Amino acid sequence: MNNIIYIFFRRMRQPLLTLVITYSIAVLGLVLIPGQDPDGNVWHMDFFHAFYFVSYMATTIGFGEIPHAFNEAQRMWVLVSIYATVIVWLYAIGTLLSLFQNKSFQQAITERRFANRIKHLREPFYIVCGYGETGSALVSMLTERNQNVVVIDIVSEKVQMLHLENLRQYVPGLHGDAGRPVHLIEAGLEHPLCQGVIAVTNVNEVNLQIALTSKLLNSGIKVICRADSHDVEDNMASFGTDYIIDPFDNFAEHLATAIESPDLYLLNQWLVGMRHQPLSDPIYPPKKGNWIICGYGRFGKTICQQLRNYGISPIIIEAAPEKTGLPDSDIPENEWVSGRGTEAVTLEQAGVRDAVGLVAGTDNDANNLSIIMTAKMLNPDLFVVARNNLADNEQLFEAINADLVMHPSIIIANKIRVLLATPLLYAFLGLAAKQSHEWAASMVNRVRSVVKDQVPEIWELDINDERAHAVNNAILEGDKVTLAHLLVDSQQREKRIFAIPLLLLRNGVVSPLPDENISLQYGDRLLMCGRLSSHYRMEWTLQNEHALDYVRTGYSKPRSWFGQLIAK
Amino acid sequence: MNPEKVIFGFFIVLALTLNFGFFVGDINDPDHHHVYELFAVVVVNVIATILKFGDRTQMGAVLLATSLVAVLQLFAAALVWTFAVHISGTGLTPVVMASIVSLSGGAMLANVISVVLLVIETVMLRR
Repeated sequence: MNNIIYIFFRRMRQPLLTLVITYSIAVLGLVLIPGQDPDGNVWHMDFFHAFYFVSYMATTIGFGEIPHAFNEAQRMWVLVSIYATVIVWLYAIGTLLSLFQNKSFQQAITERRFANRIKHLREPFYIVCGYGETGSALVSMLTERNQNVVVIDIVSEKVQMLHLENLRQYVPGLHGDAGRPVHLIEAGLEHPLCQGVIAVTNVNEVNLQIALTSKLLNSGIKVICRADSHDVEDNMASFGTDYIIDPFDNFAEHLATAIESPDLYLLNQWLVGMRHQPLSDPIYPPKKGNWIICGYGRFGKTICQQLRNYGISPIIIEAAPEKTGLPDSDIPENEWVSGRGTEAVTLEQAGVRDAVGLVAGTDNDANNLSIIMTAKMLNPDLFVVARNNLADNEQLFEAINADLVMHPSIIIANKIRVLLATPLLYAFLGLAAKQSHEWAASMVNRVRSVVKDQVPEIWELDINDERAHAVNNAILEGDKVTLAHLLVDSQQREKRIFAIPLLLLRNGVVSPLPDENISLQYGDRLLMCGRLSSHYRMEWTLQNEHALDYVRTGYSKPRSWFGQLIAK
Repeated sequence: MNPEKVIFGFFIVLALTLNFGFFVGDINDPDHHHVYELFAVVVVNVIATILKFGDRTQMGAVLLATSLVAVLQLFAAALVWTFAVHISGTGLTPVVMASIVSLSGGAMLANVISVVLLVIETVMLRR
């Protein structure tokens, strides 16, 4: 506010001074010059009428000569005054208008408004820095799950786009450099309800700066960062950034999981899928045989490393081997080929005809598509992994029918969404990774049996008064409520709802797939998966005392005073 | 010598002297208080106020406040005058004159504070 008033006064001082001085000279002249009334008496205009006259003269409204017609001397003075006051008036108005159109003034006003709006937020929220592909995907995912988000981006067009997008929640957006602490504070970094800061700009240094600022100014909040290099990752980890997400590492892990245990990979895909997505089919990347990797950048190197862990030595195709340090590395001469991979010659040289897998991992989408098309012509049975850099090309990658598509932005957005919206799912997936193949296979079957053809809905439930009123009351009265009760249809006791309890968090201890006969306690947190309709059915049991009585005992106890009297 | 300070000081002191000139005399005698003088006081006071716009210092803020008080009082005085002469038609009776002059007296007090602050600031600068 101070800033706006300061700019306003500073700029308006000169025009206002000129206006006041010109007005007073014109008024004084009119008062001093003697005129004549209709009877021919000498008459002096008073200040009231002079000010009235000058006011409408300067604004070019012109009501005429009042209260009496002017004489020659007065007209002479008015002639001079007209030009002086009209020009000064236009000058003042012009300055005012240009001030309102001034970029820095407008920026000051919007920043002010934004900061005010944030100050009045009454619900927990996250700050998302960077509204690019990752940021926009993340914001729509989080708002889908009724989380409040505040966005900062350095490009004003992207913030404008935010207003055009059809999001479920209102998302305030600020145009500014998130690397500057003042903008993070305006976005609510020091707000008591700020839950976390998510740095997903496309510049590593800015993300680092955001993480550092957030940890210094508000050490209690979660900080999640995107980082593309191990250097920056180590730096971020050194001051306690909560989660650092590297899209390449993440995808390499995905690929490793897919190779190691296709069922576990499928389970992961289903559980983290977006609402209403169809169930994906399992994929089986070949474990034996030759793999070809096109592009030996950050992505290619990470994939290469993972494949080596499984005893696969891939053949590398790289357009600029010197840049990526290929000739100096410990990779033997016969395991890499110089070339782009888009032409058949290079691919043949790498042995595409008897290869089993191909990774098109350059940072150019057109090249990746071309590589895949050429390779598929030479060897239609290839298992193809494609790297999709820009969201605009998504349809092309769908059309080319790659077995696995790696989209860095979506990977990061999905991971952050799971972390923020369903932290228990994150814990569950961590535990699942340590289980056997058979366990994963049986889980896939169980999930398939409860859902129809869409990915399961994931929800967390807390046993407390707000989220589970009826259950909480029953527990307080000493009644036993088991997990099995929650899994019963609250309209037909004989039927079960389509849901699986995945995880129980009690007193800081997580137990996967809890026993259904376990009795619930206050403060328990549960992770469920199942159909969306079952989620709503379960809410009845949780919140409505009649529904809970029915699923527990088979009939609803009378709750009113009169009803209880009759029941006795 | 800072020319801005000279203009600034000039208008603040002029506002006080003109105000004093209008104020002196019998409080309810219209012959002792001329309308031209009131006009000059109002104009000079408005100019002095605008001159303080955009001054970010603490002293500037206080000076702006005292000037705004003076301008407000003088506007009230001018309005009473206009109302008495042109609208209600009672003319400059002793009662009306007394209230006009007392309003300008209040404005003078604010102007005195402005000048005192100006002097204090100058003395502080010397040190």
